[in-house]
Amino acid sequence: MTQDIKFIQGNEVCVEAALYAGLDFFAGYPITPSSEIAEHMAVRLPGIGGKFLQMEDEISSICAITGASLTGHKAMTATSGPGFSLMQEALGYAIMTEIPCVITNVQRGGPSTGLPTHGSQGDVNQARWGTHGDHAIIALTASNHQDLFQITVEAFNLAETYRTPVILLLDEMLGHMREKLIIPKVDEIPVVKRLRTAVPDGVDFHPYLPREDGRLPMSDFGDKHRYNVTGLYHDMWGFPTSDPQVIHGLIHHLMDKIENRVEQLTRYKEYFLEDAEVILISYGSSARSALHIVKNRRKRGERLGLLELQTLWPFPAGLVRRKTRQADFVAVVEMNMGQIVDEVKKVVDQHKRVFLVNRVDGGFITPENIKDMIRLIQGRGV
Amino acid sequence: MKADKHLEFEKITAKALPEFEALSPGHRACPGCGEMLALRQALKGLGPNTIVVNATGCIEVVSTPFPQTAWNIPWMHVAFENASAVGSGVEAARRALLRKGRLTDADTTIVVVGGDGGTSDIGFQSLSGALERGHNFIYLCFDNEAYMNTGVQRSSATPEFAWTTTCPLGSASSGKTHKKKDLPRIMAAHDIPYVATATPAHPLDLMNKVRKGAAVKGPAFIHIFSPCPTGWRMPAERSIEIAKVAVKSNIYPLYEVIHGEYVVKRNSKNPLPVSEYFKLQGRFKHLTAQDVRTIQDRVDATMDRLLSYARLSDDTKGRP
Repeated sequence: MTQDIKFIQGNEVCVEAALYAGLDFFAGYPITPSSEIAEHMAVRLPGIGGKFLQMEDEISSICAITGASLTGHKAMTATSGPGFSLMQEALGYAIMTEIPCVITNVQRGGPSTGLPTHGSQGDVNQARWGTHGDHAIIALTASNHQDLFQITVEAFNLAETYRTPVILLLDEMLGHMREKLIIPKVDEIPVVKRLRTAVPDGVDFHPYLPREDGRLPMSDFGDKHRYNVTGLYHDMWGFPTSDPQVIHGLIHHLMDKIENRVEQLTRYKEYFLEDAEVILISYGSSARSALHIVKNRRKRGERLGLLELQTLWPFPAGLVRRKTRQADFVAVVEMNMGQIVDEVKKVVDQHKRVFLVNRVDGGFITPENIKDMIRLIQGRGV
Repeated sequence: MKADKHLEFEKITAKALPEFEALSPGHRACPGCGEMLALRQALKGLGPNTIVVNATGCIEVVSTPFPQTAWNIPWMHVAFENASAVGSGVEAARRALLRKGRLTDADTTIVVVGGDGGTSDIGFQSLSGALERGHNFIYLCFDNEAYMNTGVQRSSATPEFAWTTTCPLGSASSGKTHKKKDLPRIMAAHDIPYVATATPAHPLDLMNKVRKGAAVKGPAFIHIFSPCPTGWRMPAERSIEIAKVAVKSNIYPLYEVIHGEYVVKRNSKNPLPVSEYFKLQGRFKHLTAQDVRTIQDRVDATMDRLLSYARLSDDTKGRP
């Protein structure tokens, strides 16, 4: 069998993977460096009977995908920092109403207009805490096109499985970089279908009553069942409530369905961790430089290892604690002022062993940058 | 008596063009950029005592590449959706300072600048709010009919049938399927003192309209047709020609709405067929004869309506 090999941008990979996962609705608003996602959706969707909508802003974009998803479609929007900021209220709405959807944020330098054409990983904490109120969220990332394809499909799968918005964090380098992608064959990556209720027409349907396994079957909005959807705290029928017991139950359900499943939700890759004295933890495009320097130093006999995180939220605390136990020190490589490094410090035995290796000037963090900083940490000088 | 005779302002003539340039040469706009030309003319009309609040867009990007600026007047870039809101704040705060005597120069003009995306899409809400509150500023909308800054994606101001990167051409899609939003008409519906349309191919007309906008008390909105060779897929030297043809074919009629009264000028008795406009641009190269007829009918109907508004304005002159 011949392979379907492409040489494409990361933004195009995201489009192809979303289609593979069953996406048939996209609404978005152009913003650098994510615009190619909208452009390729506009080209790909009409031909396969899907729907592409260009909206008047990012607020409308995320609202359109929540509406579309509720009617039974797999939906995504794509944006960058300023647009992601505008989406935060509706992101909370999708969390509260448990509407599956995927929000891709191709990160650029911030805050504000920031650095539209330069990469950054500055929105990691925004993905976690951008919308107001207590909540849980799933956020995924990847460092190369093959992984990005896999992770994008998984983003849709997790959104459907847990009835939640999933944030896909790309960055400008990954989005605009071109490299090889082997398109997986049909069924090579499992695709989770929408779980629809077996409750027959005319029988009372509870849109917010979990099954024994915790999953909530859905009913296409406006189809068989009439039900209420609201961003207010609500009961199992979806009706607003101020009953403390119901509120307590719902907030714990929204948190627990994600925070209690960290192990199932964790995606990661590891390189040379078994005997590593120095462990790098990285994610997204900066993990490429981290992997390069790890391989390079290994050739010289230095015991470096890399733990590449693909699930950033919920933070894989147990994994990080386990994997870093033997290391002399841990260096978190990221392109921000230290967003994941704080999480790592919280979970390792001695937080003084954890160092930040970062770059925030718009330039891509290079293997050389990482090597120099590790030598400084080791007291060997540059 | 036409409504514009009642609007007092200092007129610019061809013999006495202002020498003032608010924009330095050497900025990074594409060759043949219609909006930078129109912006230069508009700012000439306003003079040095001007503050600019600029939404995200081509003008912002090409005029201020680090570490340079083309601006010789106070200029502020804000986000994409909120230029009118920031303009509201600047205007209201200055008014308060004037009232308290802490500012003495009451003649400063506040100009809010946006493209068609920043005006008719994402910035629409803040613009509408500002007009309703009646802030004394001029809004200049440079309409190049798509998101040129991010790579030619459609806007609500993109005309029907036009190609953009998000209205691609193919078997299942053939350009934009929705009509262009009629922004000047919506702005006029806010009952503000002055609304006008203009093009860089009619520089004196444009400069004087901007001056009228500065002369009225309250908000003024000037919609400026801004040919974009890059996004419209046409040679750079065609920008002025295409603007002239747009006016001559009634694709883009020049008119004013002064205190609610429509004034239509420069409309041709024998307009060019709209096909003359379409044939100059690559973004319309796929149009069928039927498409062209559809647009011709719509353009004719729009012009009839505009002229009837103007006649009505004449007839009702002087009534409350």
